[in-house]
Formats: sequence, C-alpha cells, structure tokens
Amino acid sequence: MTTTTGPAAVTGAVGSAHTRVEGVAKVTGAARYAAEVPFANLAHGWLVLSTVARGRIRSVEAEPVRRMPGVLDVLYYGNAPRVDAAYEGMMGRPDPTVAVFQTDEIPCAGWPVALIVAETSEQAREAAESLVVHYDKEPHDVDFFPGRPGSYTPDGDGMRVEKGDVEAELAASTHVVDAEYSTPEEHHNAMEPHAATARWDGGRLEVIDSNQGSTWIADELAKLFSLDPASVRVRSEHVGGAFGAKGLRVHQVLAVMAATVLDRPVRVVMTRRQVFSLVGYRSPTAQRVRLGAEPDGRLRAVDHEGLNLTSTVHEFVESSASFGRPMYAADAHRSVNRVVRLNVPTPTYMRAPGEAPGSFALESALDELAEKCGMDPIALRVRNEPEVGPVSGLPFGSRNLTACFEEGARRFGWAERDPRPGVRRDGRWLLGTGVASATFPVIVAPSTASATAEPDGTFTVRITASDIGTGARTALTLVAADALEVEPGRIRVHIADSDFGPATIAGGSMGTRSWGWAVRDAAIELREQLALGGDIPAQGLTVRSDTGAAIGALAQKERHSYGAQFAEAAVDVGTGEVRVRRMLGIYAAGRIINPLTARSQLVGGMTWGLSMALHEEAVRDQITGAHVGADLAGYHFAANADVPHIEADWVDDPDPDDPIGIKGIGEIGIVGAAAAIANAVWHATGVRHRHLPIRPDRVIQAGSPRA
Amino acid sequence: MAPSTSSALTLKVNGEKHTLSVDHRTTLLDALRERLDLTGTKKGCDQGQCGACTVLIDGRRAVSCLQLAVAAEGREITTIEGVADGDRLHPVQQAFLDLDGFQCGYCTPGQICSALGVIEEHAAGWPSAATTDIRPEAGVPELTAEEIRERMSGNLCRCGAYVSIVQAVARAARAEEETV
Ligand code: FES
Ligand code: FES
Repeated sequence: MTTTTGPAAVTGAVGSAHTRVEGVAKVTGAARYAAEVPFANLAHGWLVLSTVARGRIRSVEAEPVRRMPGVLDVLYYGNAPRVDAAYEGMMGRPDPTVAVFQTDEIPCAGWPVALIVAETSEQAREAAESLVVHYDKEPHDVDFFPGRPGSYTPDGDGMRVEKGDVEAELAASTHVVDAEYSTPEEHHNAMEPHAATARWDGGRLEVIDSNQGSTWIADELAKLFSLDPASVRVRSEHVGGAFGAKGLRVHQVLAVMAATVLDRPVRVVMTRRQVFSLVGYRSPTAQRVRLGAEPDGRLRAVDHEGLNLTSTVHEFVESSASFGRPMYAADAHRSVNRVVRLNVPTPTYMRAPGEAPGSFALESALDELAEKCGMDPIALRVRNEPEVGPVSGLPFGSRNLTACFEEGARRFGWAERDPRPGVRRDGRWLLGTGVASATFPVIVAPSTASATAEPDGTFTVRITASDIGTGARTALTLVAADALEVEPGRIRVHIADSDFGPATIAGGSMGTRSWGWAVRDAAIELREQLALGGDIPAQGLTVRSDTGAAIGALAQKERHSYGAQFAEAAVDVGTGEVRVRRMLGIYAAGRIINPLTARSQLVGGMTWGLSMALHEEAVRDQITGAHVGADLAGYHFAANADVPHIEADWVDDPDPDDPIGIKGIGEIGIVGAAAAIANAVWHATGVRHRHLPIRPDRVIQAGSPRA
Repeated sequence: MAPSTSSALTLKVNGEKHTLSVDHRTTLLDALRERLDLTGTKKGCDQGQCGACTVLIDGRRAVSCLQLAVAAEGREITTIEGVADGDRLHPVQQAFLDLDGFQCGYCTPGQICSALGVIEEHAAGWPSAATTDIRPEAGVPELTAEEIRERMSGNLCRCGAYVSIVQAVARAARAEEETV
C-alpha cells in the first residue's frame, strides 16, 4: 500500500510535444492490428462478391466447393443465420447492406454473395475463386451527371435552408458568379484493409476488430444478432487508418455468423479490391454555386446546390451544399442538398463529409468573384465576415478566421503577390498561388471513462476511445496527466474495449474533445479523492465519469474550427502536369493538446486535399456497373513524390465552452485545400478548373494562358 | 497419387532459422504473418502496389506479397522485428518516432524497411529518377528531399505522413553518414 499525492503538482503536459505513447510498438512492428492477434483453431473466411450490378441470385453452386481441401463451410443467402437490421444504432438506422446474405436480390456490383470458410487463407481464397454463382441479370443504372433525373431533396435536417430572397438579391447584384463544379467518387483506402476475428468464449461473443468506436460496433452487433448487449465485447487496440470507413461492415457480421455456425474463431479480412465495394466511399458531387455581390465585394446572395448519389438500399447524403451556411454574411442564403438512387454501393462518411467537396465549389467560386470584383481574395473573405451565424443568427463560440488569414498571409508572403493570372514562369512551368477558407463544426458527444490510482503510484485510465492514427491515446494521456497533476509517464491509458463502458466514436473530429472531457472529469475527481489522504487498496482506487449531463447543458451556438489554406502550384500546360510546390495551413481549431501529433494530423489532411485536387478518382464502367481498376494502381492517391513540404500551424483559439478548450482537428486540414490548389492553378494559367481531379488531360484541353 | 501441394522448407528470418511446411500458394508475406507470427510486416494490398509488406531480402528491399515463401528459402530475410538492436531502436526507427513519421502506423514497418534500403542504395551510388547527373563520375548524389521522395514513393501512406517521413529518412541518413 502506498499513498500517492506528492507535494508538488506537475502540469503542462497539455500543449507540449510528446511522441506517441504506442510509438515504439509501431516502429518495431510489435503493435498488433485486427488481423494479427493469434487465436488457436482459427478458421479463415473469404468473401465472394457479385459480378453483376443488378438482379437476383439464381443459384450458388456450393457443393463442389465444399468438397475442396480445407473448406469448412459456404455461407450464402440459402443457409445464413437470420439477422434483423430494423433497429436504431448510435448513428441511426444501419445501412441494410450489413444484413448480409438475407436476400437473393443484388442491388449493385460488388454486393456480398457468399463467404467461404476454410482452415487456411489459401484454401479459402481458392475456393472463393472457384465458387460458381448464377444470376438472373436485370438492367442497372449507375449514370451520375448534373441535373440527373430522379434526384430529390431528402427529408431531414438541413437538407434545404433558405434565408431572404436569393433571386431578388442576385438580380440586384453588380457582380454575379454562376458556375458548376464537380468532384468524383473518392475512396478512403485506409492502408489496413478491414479485418475482424470473432469467437464465442464462455457464452460471450468476442470480436477483435479495426474500427472507429468499439461501443458503437458492440451495440450494433448486439442489436443485429438480438444478443444481450452485456454478452458482446469488441476490441480494436490498433487501427490502421479509418477516415470514416471503419464502422459496422459486413466483415464483422460475417465473422460473427461463421463463428456461431462453426463454433470456432473465424477471421474475415477484406482484400484491397473488396474494400472498394464494401466499406463506403465519398459520393461524386455535381454542384452549382451562384454568388451575387456589390462592387465592394459585399455578398448579397449565396446560393449552393449539391447533388450526390446513394444506393437503392440506403440513403446517405454528402451534404456539400451546407458548407457555406456558417461562413459568410449575405443578405440571402439558399442551400439545397439533393440525392439520386443508383445501382451502386452505399456511400458513407469520408474525411470532412460535405465540407470537403462543398468547400471546393464555394471557395473556388469566391476566387472567381474576387477576380470579377478586382479584389484580393483574402480581402473579399474578410469583407464578408459575419457577426453571428449568417443563417442561424446564433452567436459564434469563437471565430478566428481572419487571424488565420493574417498569420498565413504573413508567412506565405501573400503581400508580394501580383494578382494577374498567367504571368509567372519558371522554365516550362507557369506559377501561381491561391487561398481558400476552411471550416468544420465543433461537435461533442457523451462519453464515460474511469481513472484508477494504483498502489504502486501509477494511474490507469480506461475509455472506449479509438486511436485511428490521430494520436488520441497520447492526447488522453496528456489530459489525464494535467488533471491528475502528475508526469505523463505515470499514466497508462487503455482504450478501444467495449467493456470499458460507453464512449463516442472517432468521427466528426469529436473524439479527443469528447473523450478528453470524460477523462479529465474522472481524473480530477480521483485527484480530489486522493487529496483527502488515506491508503490505496490493493485493487486500486477507481473513479468513473459520465459527461452526458454536462454536454446536454451546453447552450446552442455556432461552434466551428476555421482555417486559411495557402498553396503554390506549378503548371506545365504542355504536358498537363500540375505540381504543388508548397502548402501552408493556419488553423483556429481550439486548444492543441499535442503539437507534434496535431501537426501530423493537419498536414495529413492537407495532403488529402492535394490528393483530392490532383489525383483521386474512382471510375465506374457504365456497361458492367463496376469499378475500373479497383486497386491502388488504378486508384491513385498521393504518393511521397507528389507531396511537397507542407506546413501547418495554428493561432490561439481555445474553445470557450470546452473544459480543456479543445475543438477537434481531424478533418479541417482537408477542407478548402483542394480549392486553394485549384485557385493557384488559375493564378498560374488563367484557366479555371471546376472539375476534380485536375488531370493532365484536363489541363491540356484547357489550353494555354489567356493572360 | 495426387501431386504434393506443400513443401517443407527453412526460412532464415532476422538471423533465425525456421523449418516449416508451407502450402505452395503461400506468399512470403503470409508465411511471416500467419505461420511465423511475425505480424510486423503488413498487408495493404497483397498485389505489389503499396509497399506495406516491404522486407529486406539479402539486404535489398522487396515486397513480400509478390514473393512465394518456397522461393525465399536460403535467403537472408530481415523484417521490422529484426531492425532494432535489442531494446535500442535503429536510427531510422528513432527518427520516425521522434519526428512523428507516421500516424496509424500501418505503413510504417514497410516505410522503415524501405528507408533502410534507400540509405544503402544511395550510399552505394545508385541514381534515382530524381538524380540530375547520373554519370558514374558524378559520384554519390546528394540525398535531397527530392531524392528521398522519389526513392520512397513505392511506399504509400494514406495518413499522409510523407512530410515527416522525408525528414525522418534525411535525419537517419545523416546519422548513418556520421557514424561511418
Ligand atoms: S501488400 Fe505487398 S505491396 Fe501492398
Ligand atoms: S501512417 Fe497510416 S498509412 Fe502511413
């Protein structure tokens, strides 16, 4: 037994750079991801996906495959256990795609039709490739284009927002921009493909997974399989990237089904090609923006319409048109999100859903407006800074967009910029610079945590958080250290185990804020209990927290992070090549817990923006309804040689309503980054690129500078 | 008699010999991960497009997903588990850790093994597509950021950690030079 509290309180962990607490495990290969935890008697599942884009399964020729060496079972709609997807989960109704093998209907290419389970992965794979499935094909429709017939405005919050009379304000405006923009289908492609292992152990279902929230997945699995929630345990210790794609997906469901049927542990790992069909993606968007302004750049009207696609089985909306609502003051605002149902897999959240494509359109349009008004694009944005939420009328939590532009302009050397397009040359390269604004909502959700004082003077914090590469585990260690007033080295943070109690997901840039709040509450209370003196019992002294009430009491406000994105592009109009030479992002994104990992996350987001601007595009073949080149060669995202030196930094901007001052930084780095690059390409060449990615063929077709 | 579909073989990994019987279809990557429990080597695509499975074979970097285990017999294989010297991290690992050259960490073992290869290849005077003067008499090109980016481009990182990966490789290469 030991008494803990030392005389001097140690603080200052939050705000100083710390390498990742799991860093050594990650650089030595010791960190085990979902497919890497050993199980005795493990069986391997291999998925078979539909090759037709619409129709019915006539038959699955399971028998010949069952006789192949090592094959244990073939699961398909004819024999799979029944599940019930008519429930409400943490994120609402699930995509019915997770109710796998419940029907013979095929709504899209790449729809799961069978799972082979075998003793080894080689046997499972060969059997999967040998399985014959007969289909009755029906005509499919995967054609997405602006003005697509059959599109509609969904019910639900925020799909359509109007303030003032947009048409009248546009008619009265001196300068009007009216332009169409598009972004392609984009895929998360976390480097670790989805993987899950399930087993029954003493009446409990155990799942080793790679996900963005183990509370979430455990709850969904319990509901889907009608199990007692207490009998389901999901763990996800290390996650090899997620970006919105690692929720409940067919691999967890199938691992559970197969483990139940075979009564032994089963692992299901998706192949890279399967990931393209099974885990969601960002819908392509077709957007139209109309801006009307006075001669001095003051906005009279902001009108934004965005069309995206979804599957025939589930409605997911990429709400790109919503981006401008909290951004700029204007007499009239109108924004409408529309969707069309096609024979494609259901899209999902992908890093800054809505904001990423929406900011490309609106922030490009503002650059066009600046050109028309003969104004500097930063000055145009500053002129339209709102006092309160432009549509909501609510006060802002904190809004430091202008400070971001000032700091960014100073560091980027913006003052020396010649506004004329197409006049700078460096050999075969035309050079230009561009800016754009970024914003992302500040969200928080209830979570629980526990903090334990151990008899040896150390502390253990437990929370069902998820570290998908964000550095959350390290950030929570620093938060706990300051709250306990001890060195971070005395604290162990255990995460990603649904047995630790409910906590929110790593999504919406709200993870560290939500979990940090709960960890801080538990740690402070523990410190106060320890301050009363007394011995620590052998099993430790544990305090639990729940932030539900405090979060429920938060006043309604416009709470957002902001950022200013700067980019320099070099364009060779002969070859069509675009190279980004440098990027700078300055953010007002709340208190920064760990500058080392925060910078990585922001730079990572900006790298995504570069990749979105120049490279990423999944192409669907109209004839087959399937992807062309669904792999990492056919779908190029930025490689090392594509990425220049990128700098990210921040201005002081603690959130006034968060006990630690956190806002969240996971998504804002990508927002506006593609627009800044497109605006730089215009500045280099004098040609506007309104369709992403800015491919060489598009640059060549656009021709030479018009300056 | 049905033809045999597996063979006994000895793999030499991180200086240790392992005798095992493998299915002929087994890749070196799967043999490491599923048979030898060396899961530090990652599978990102299983088709030679991402570099997550990079190991060193006889000192040269190679993607282990495109290599059959039976073809690796008798070769010296180094995986991420064999890079550190006991508890002492290799300078490349240390630089990745200190400069935060990763986020989720899934591409990291491949990046580190690749970086070891890059530093060797560069020291041996091998040019890259970024080398401006490739005449033999030009000598060893300077390992600029441009050179590192080019040479490390076989290793994708979806988290977008390239900026700090470049810094980490440069720092480790400098440390290596100073100790030679
Ligand atoms: S797993 Fe081998 S290159 Fe991707
Ligand atoms: S660190 Fe996540 S893929 Fe590179």
